[in-house]
Amino acid sequence: MSGVGLDPRTAPTFPMAAKTMLGDTQLRKNVRHATDVIQAKRARVVAEMPDWQQLREAGKQIRQHTMEHLDFYLEEFEANCTRAGGVVHWARDAEEARRIIVGLVKASGSDEVIKIKSMTTEEIQLNSALEAAGIHPFETDLAELIIQLGEDRPSHIVVPALHKNRQQIREIFQKKMNLPELGERPQDLADAARMFLREKFLRVKTGVSGANFLIAETGGVCVVESEGNGRMCLTLPETLITVAGIDKVVPRFQDLEVLLQLLPRSATGERMNPYNSIWTGVNAADGPRTFHVVLMDNARTEILADEEGRQTLNCIRCAACQNACPVYRQTGGHAYGSVYAGPIGAILTPQLQEMKHAQSLPYASSLCGACYEVCPVKINIPEVLIHLRNKVVKQNTAGVAGFFDVEASAMKAMAMIFRSERRFRAAQRLGRVAEGPLVHKDGRGEGWIGWLPGMLGGWTQVRDLQEMPKETFRDWWEKRAANGR
Amino acid sequence: MRVSLFITCYNDTLFPETGKAVVRVLERLGHTVEFPTGQTCCGQMHYNTGYQAEAMPLLARFVDQFKGAEAVVVPSSSCVAMMRDHYPKMALALKDKELQRQVDELLPKVFEFSEFLTKRLGLEDVGAYYPHRVTYHASCHGLRNLVLGDGPMRLLKAVRGIDLVELQGLEQCCGFGGTFAVKNAEVSSAMLAEKTTAVLNTKAEACTACDNSCLMHIQGALHRQRTGVKTVHLAEILAGDQGVAL
Repeated sequence: MSGVGLDPRTAPTFPMAAKTMLGDTQLRKNVRHATDVIQAKRARVVAEMPDWQQLREAGKQIRQHTMEHLDFYLEEFEANCTRAGGVVHWARDAEEARRIIVGLVKASGSDEVIKIKSMTTEEIQLNSALEAAGIHPFETDLAELIIQLGEDRPSHIVVPALHKNRQQIREIFQKKMNLPELGERPQDLADAARMFLREKFLRVKTGVSGANFLIAETGGVCVVESEGNGRMCLTLPETLITVAGIDKVVPRFQDLEVLLQLLPRSATGERMNPYNSIWTGVNAADGPRTFHVVLMDNARTEILADEEGRQTLNCIRCAACQNACPVYRQTGGHAYGSVYAGPIGAILTPQLQEMKHAQSLPYASSLCGACYEVCPVKINIPEVLIHLRNKVVKQNTAGVAGFFDVEASAMKAMAMIFRSERRFRAAQRLGRVAEGPLVHKDGRGEGWIGWLPGMLGGWTQVRDLQEMPKETFRDWWEKRAANGR
Repeated sequence: MRVSLFITCYNDTLFPETGKAVVRVLERLGHTVEFPTGQTCCGQMHYNTGYQAEAMPLLARFVDQFKGAEAVVVPSSSCVAMMRDHYPKMALALKDKELQRQVDELLPKVFEFSEFLTKRLGLEDVGAYYPHRVTYHASCHGLRNLVLGDGPMRLLKAVRGIDLVELQGLEQCCGFGGTFAVKNAEVSSAMLAEKTTAVLNTKAEACTACDNSCLMHIQGALHRQRTGVKTVHLAEILAGDQGVAL
């Protein structure tokens, strides 16, 4: 997996990738343990907020309002950021964003950058673009450092190395930092990372960050984190380059009052993030001398234009949906073939790809609704999943190929049956006849089916199916009516 | 009260005992029961799998069969969730003003079976007797879409002779999810394995729920593993009035 990012354009389908992951018992144990711990912490700190549901609603309103006036707030952000001494760049897609950032790093005169954990840079696979240009990126977030040193891929939005346990991390550090005597307490690992990173913080003069929020009213950029490494990257370099999706904007400074309560509690089960950094432009006396913001679209305006998919952009990347999702908890993040995994990944990734790739992701959910229940800004993920499934069906059934689509043919046939009581009854009778050869009697004399053909075979891998009863409800009802009841 | 039944295609074909049990409970409580025979399917499987266009005519069919009903009772939490969450949007998409009006008028009269008993009739004790050790699985749609809360549990607690044991992780999805169980068979199986382990840990004789789709899924694995543990719809427990054999 070394050096290979998660790319929806080349990733295997979710069911295929999931099958591989289900065989990795260590990974499943790690994911289960980590998500259990975070979920328990989240539940505790959410329960102590009597107004949690009102806060969620307020968060939803802020995000919805922003998306309805996104053009206005982006321009306001640009004007205020520029006034404060920042330089704003606009990138239409990942390619353009990469080109701008590589150019800015080169102009800073550095062939190294220190990075703050950022999903947007993962989304555009910035690290490999930097390396291709002869620039070495150093991840400074502890989890991202583990991923980078282990030549691994992130599997979770907030805790990218969630699939690794302490022993595995120790092995990576031992090998890559050349520390044969490294202990195995969390303190030992944190110390090793601190020693390793401190030298980078003091040496490297260019920093790259993402953003949790862009504040239109002030032109400020907000990053929240737990370790303080991000703040080092924001304050020590001479040049700071921030890349953010255009969906990251919020109208007013005061909106953070709501969002900075929702985010940490949902993400890590903390009441407040240990480090909340907000910087606005540059200041001659302190911090970076040059500050750039790259505002990236990368399919976000297409999502915005889709009335039903739009709410996807409300996401504040807390990953509570991932931790709560029974599908993610079984497979971990890599099965999603994208840096955005779990329920939010299942709706965001196909839309970022304009539905050309990742068509199996909208189906990577049992629609249990656990994601919607925990979402701090009330994104109705099941609703968007169903909407995207409809788009997939429309794409797959268009034209001649659609005529031969087995699933679509079966679905259409069933729909036709359900449109007429007569046909429905005939199908019920036919079903009883057709299943006949597959039915076997068990010890109690009940009929069961242990094997089904074709598409339905997945069912009988681990489950039996009881044979159809001799009499349907409606037959019973009619007989009863005929007998005078 | 005059109660109209929507038994659902699934129960009608595969689980007729559930429908019979609903009739038994409602008649025992003194209500008049009707079954409009033109009913077929709510369209959930099509809608949730992405075949929205195929589900549309089933909405009109449902409305046509049940308009004018005093109350519609459905022994399936997922079918009721389909109606409440999607029917208004579907009617809007069809741009049919009359259908929209009919949907708006009809939906407040549609109840999931346990919901009808607890919320509409205000009952907990329906005079049932069921002398078995039972555990209850809260189906996702009942739990989150319909917010049934502890309604089904209160009904079960009032059953005479029952030995009710709590299911560990009862709010966890069993992994059925309609076509999910077929499209993502491996993940579905892994989720199911956790559910059946939890059921077996309770040492219950039967697992119950407000939805036969979850139960068919759970029962399929319990049978494959030769556990002898049964699944039974909540209505069938509430219909029991003398030592019913499992």
